[in-house]
Amino acid sequence: MTTRRGFIQKSIQGAAVATSGGMLWSYLVIQNARAEPLALRPPGALPDADFNALCIKCGRCAVACPYDTLKLAALADRAPLGTPYFEPREIPCYLCHDIPCKVACPTGALSPTLDEVMDSRMGLAFIDTEHCLSWQGLRCEICYRVCPLRDKAIHVETRRRELSKHAMLLPMVLSEGCTGCGICENACPTEIAAIKVLPAELIQGKIGDHFRMGWKQAEGAMSGPDAGETRKGRLDSAPEQGQVPGLDYLNQAEF
Amino acid sequence: MHPLALRATPRSCNPMIKATTTRLWSWRYLILRRIVQIGVLLLFFGTLHWGWSLFGLPVLSGNLSASEVLGQVTLADPFATLQILLTGHVLQSEVLLGAALVLGVFLILGGRVWCSWVCPVNPVTDFAGFLHRKTWRKNLFALPRHLRYTVLALALLLSVLIGLPAFEWVSPIGAMHREMIFGLGLGWTALVGLFLFDWLVVKHGWCGHLCPLGAFYSAVGRYTAQVRVKFDQASCNGCGKCQAICPEPQVLNLKRLAQDGQVLSGECTNCARCIPICPEESLAFGWRLSTPVSGSAPVRHPLITKEDHP
Repeated sequence: MTTRRGFIQKSIQGAAVATSGGMLWSYLVIQNARAEPLALRPPGALPDADFNALCIKCGRCAVACPYDTLKLAALADRAPLGTPYFEPREIPCYLCHDIPCKVACPTGALSPTLDEVMDSRMGLAFIDTEHCLSWQGLRCEICYRVCPLRDKAIHVETRRRELSKHAMLLPMVLSEGCTGCGICENACPTEIAAIKVLPAELIQGKIGDHFRMGWKQAEGAMSGPDAGETRKGRLDSAPEQGQVPGLDYLNQAEF
Repeated sequence: MHPLALRATPRSCNPMIKATTTRLWSWRYLILRRIVQIGVLLLFFGTLHWGWSLFGLPVLSGNLSASEVLGQVTLADPFATLQILLTGHVLQSEVLLGAALVLGVFLILGGRVWCSWVCPVNPVTDFAGFLHRKTWRKNLFALPRHLRYTVLALALLLSVLIGLPAFEWVSPIGAMHREMIFGLGLGWTALVGLFLFDWLVVKHGWCGHLCPLGAFYSAVGRYTAQVRVKFDQASCNGCGKCQAICPEPQVLNLKRLAQDGQVLSGECTNCARCIPICPEESLAFGWRLSTPVSGSAPVRHPLITKEDHP
């Protein structure tokens, strides 16, 4: 026979176990979801918080991938458990025009609104100029040649020859066009790739709206990566269109 | 007798072969379940790695969380889908339909048919239970059977609170199942953990006390399951063999069985271990709405109640 006191005690104990267990549980999940920001997602992946919630971890994107690019993260892999990711140094994303991984996704974690694979933003390439062959003065530019968006995602700048130095052809990444497919990283001939792809938010800065660049204002609205404008895709806080930073508000309206 | 001489005798007279066939026959449901469990895994694996197809369509792509049959029909785990919905995200209709389809099938078959006929963890915990029964027989502590419903409620509540499908992110079932199909990582360690827990710490600890997916499916088939184990009270002599082998012995409460004429509890997994082991053949699969095993008039005999078999 349970007394009222006993019942209340048991209830309190049960609630305490549930609360502490629940906190430990959520800690595990949140830690796992946030601890690995290095994972590159398939084309069309929603921003991390939404992607992690929507992905049902079924692996149909990985089954659909004709190049075996996509893997499902096993326990202790460098991506949140069970979610799809790829490592471009092993196999990059070859940007299929029909985007079979996105088509296979049953939940919408890979955005069904992505129509053109070149609009996907899986990551952003960056060049380690200290170890890039071209930047050291050799002729390489392999990344430029293999890039599926040549001159849009990577372009080559010519540095004219100086006294007792020959001319150099320097590959540079244009963040506006880069899909993060990683074909450049895969092709880079150095021992450890000198061009790598990482999630854009890890490597890309933001100028901020309060800096004024008068010489650009003359051309109308500021544009380009120098204007503090973020890339479309995984960054979700793009500045509003038509809002020109550094506007002379004192000379407007009643002032 | 020399073994060769034994082999020379006609088959029908050979006691060894007869014993083997009898034994195999008594394991018929067990063998069928293993075939189904391994077959499902094999279909997933073969479609991914060996390109299995039928009429040029991939046979079964994905895994038990969500899959596509012959490139046409989407199936989805209703529990995972429910958790994602609770995170406040809108799902594509494809996965919602898939989840509804699977839910419908298990509503009719009996929810926990999933557990004993499909779940890839079941063979492991079954084996741990077998070892516990044969070698160990000691529980470190007692867990209440209804603890799983608390875990289930927590999984749903946490999905709302943290915005991530809480169980899918820690599920040892998912971790192990994915790795068997998509490549090995450390998911097998979760399985080793479950195995040791079930064998040496608490008998049927995971499947019978903790697993929220099992709790979900227990709730699913509770009132609608159509395939049930029917009970014939007239022939039952109360030997208790069925309860000894049942992974959820609370569902075989003879008092309740006598009342209902069948196992009505949603916690019954339809694993059918009890049916061949019954020496009086008092248990058999049947439809929920049909009459009991044999329509003989109820005969009163001492009932074994929960108090006798804690």
